[in-house]
Amino acid sequence: MSAERRKSAAIVGSGNIGTDLLVKLRRSALIEPRFMIGIDPASEGLAEARRLGLETSSRGIDALLGSDDRPDLIFEATSASVHRRNAPRYRELGIKAIDLTPAAVGPYVVPPINLEDLHDEPNVNLVTCGGQATTPIVHAVSRVASVEYAEIVASIASVSAGPGTRANIDEFTRTTSHALEVLGGARRGKAIIVLNPADPPMIMRNTVFCSLPPDADRGAVATSIHERVKEVQEYVPGYRLLAEPQFAADRVEVLLEIEGAGDFLPRYAGNLDIITAAAVRVGERLALGAGR
Amino acid sequence: MPFSESLDVRITDSSLRDGSHPKRHAFTTDEVARVVTALDGAGVPVIEVSHGDGLSGSSFAYGRSAVDERKLIATAVEHARQAKIAALMLPGVAVKDDIAAAADLGVRIIRIATHCTEADVSVQHFGLARELGLETVGFLMMAHSVSPVRLAAQARIMADAGCQCVYVVDSAGAMILEDAGDRVAALVDELGADAQVGFHGHQNLSLAVANSLHAIRAGAVQVDGSTRGFGAGAGNAPVEALVAVLTRLGYRTGIDPMRIMDAAEDVVRPVMPEECVVDRLSLTMGYAGVYSSFLKHAFTQGERFGVSPVEILIRAGERKLVGGQEDQLIDIARELERDASTSH
Repeated sequence: MSAERRKSAAIVGSGNIGTDLLVKLRRSALIEPRFMIGIDPASEGLAEARRLGLETSSRGIDALLGSDDRPDLIFEATSASVHRRNAPRYRELGIKAIDLTPAAVGPYVVPPINLEDLHDEPNVNLVTCGGQATTPIVHAVSRVASVEYAEIVASIASVSAGPGTRANIDEFTRTTSHALEVLGGARRGKAIIVLNPADPPMIMRNTVFCSLPPDADRGAVATSIHERVKEVQEYVPGYRLLAEPQFAADRVEVLLEIEGAGDFLPRYAGNLDIITAAAVRVGERLALGAGR
Repeated sequence: MPFSESLDVRITDSSLRDGSHPKRHAFTTDEVARVVTALDGAGVPVIEVSHGDGLSGSSFAYGRSAVDERKLIATAVEHARQAKIAALMLPGVAVKDDIAAAADLGVRIIRIATHCTEADVSVQHFGLARELGLETVGFLMMAHSVSPVRLAAQARIMADAGCQCVYVVDSAGAMILEDAGDRVAALVDELGADAQVGFHGHQNLSLAVANSLHAIRAGAVQVDGSTRGFGAGAGNAPVEALVAVLTRLGYRTGIDPMRIMDAAEDVVRPVMPEECVVDRLSLTMGYAGVYSSFLKHAFTQGERFGVSPVEILIRAGERKLVGGQEDQLIDIARELERDASTSH
């Protein structure tokens, strides 16, 4: 596809997530990041965007939405409350929204699970970093065995948890738990998040527990998990199993480590990297859908 | 002061919460009824009841509760005549709805715990707890791992969020006398009249009562213990010993020394699967600064992978794991198993 046919995109939110997304979108053959909108004129993200030739504003989205030169796609990396306010305006103007906040205005999307079902949606939600990391595994198990209960523990480095995550930690646990059911296919889901301040910072780790019936085909479960890990590695190369899936009497345990690509955020911040990488993947699919 | 003028120090008994770890989260309503009745009768002013890892702690990672903790809490509320029932919650494990549900069951005090550098994750929970009219306690866990000054700054965040008493929590039982006193003094200095200061000790270095006394002398007005030391690791400060010491020194705790000794011997001990003791494993935790609740998990994973629980705990210390990362002991045990097989 030629450069002039790339879909144009705006990134709303100039924090760590928005800026890492910018670095990743610049490599995309399908999306051209043209605008970055923030609220802090001194933000490092806006400075980086200006340096790379994007149009920037520190006065919110009004000017962008009011102009004739509007983007095809908006990546929202602000907060849940801001996205809830902005979402109807994007929709009215026919701009597709990829929502990286926990607002969940639109359906959850996790690329290897349901991206193909959602390419015509006007607004999709990226769940949480923990959801992007763990629902693919729960889904991989539930497609070959019945999962009554799935539980995940996400450990992340303290320095990679921003003020938004900290002020709204309940949103992480609730949204991720819900996604384990809705997308993962578990009858009941539970999510736990732990912040670890160790220095040097720890790389994001996740443990996924899925209950299994006694007659579950363990070989099929293990194979399904391995296949799924490869699919996620296509867009998050640092996504890996620490060990073979561990089977206990009533469950399987999957130990994951997620090392980031080190684009704008350091490599330990796999939790941030997996959600920006997924957002690019989703944006590219929506860009193709819109072009058809 | 959130507690009566007739007490100099208020003791919270954590047998039915911290004791949930050695009990492997298998308390029955009958046991809760007996323990609460005995402690309440001895004059214990606050009794904490919940899963060892707090409300909604029942999980594969931490151990599933044999009986729904809400039933245990309701039973405790029903049997407490003078004591207030408290519950623990960890943001990231439980959510605000769990606090509201506990309040509906009759819990009067909510204790909100974070790792000692992460106090800001608790702000929304303190806000809700105060709105609901609950008394609030903040728990800064693994407090040995940061300096008194840094700990005091975290205590300030909790106090500003609505916390009425911030505890210095020696989760690893790693503090030695002045370690406890200096941290409490720094918090008292920072918080002044804005919030009280408390101390929660563990016996891993055999210093829980002595550390509690240092904390009180440095200005702590609330301390935790567990009757018969029934808690994680080598257990908590035994309430009956705390009461004996404090009574001899003239502090009023509201607890009858003889009746709490009877409760320890006749009621709590029979509920315990075994005595909580300073042995190779629990001492390792105090020595290496490892979260006390990891003890039973180290046993379990050691047995499962055929490796030494002591080595699991030492690696947990090296990896600087914090409370809540029990799942990582699986990876450590697997790593030890692999190391052992490749070195053959």
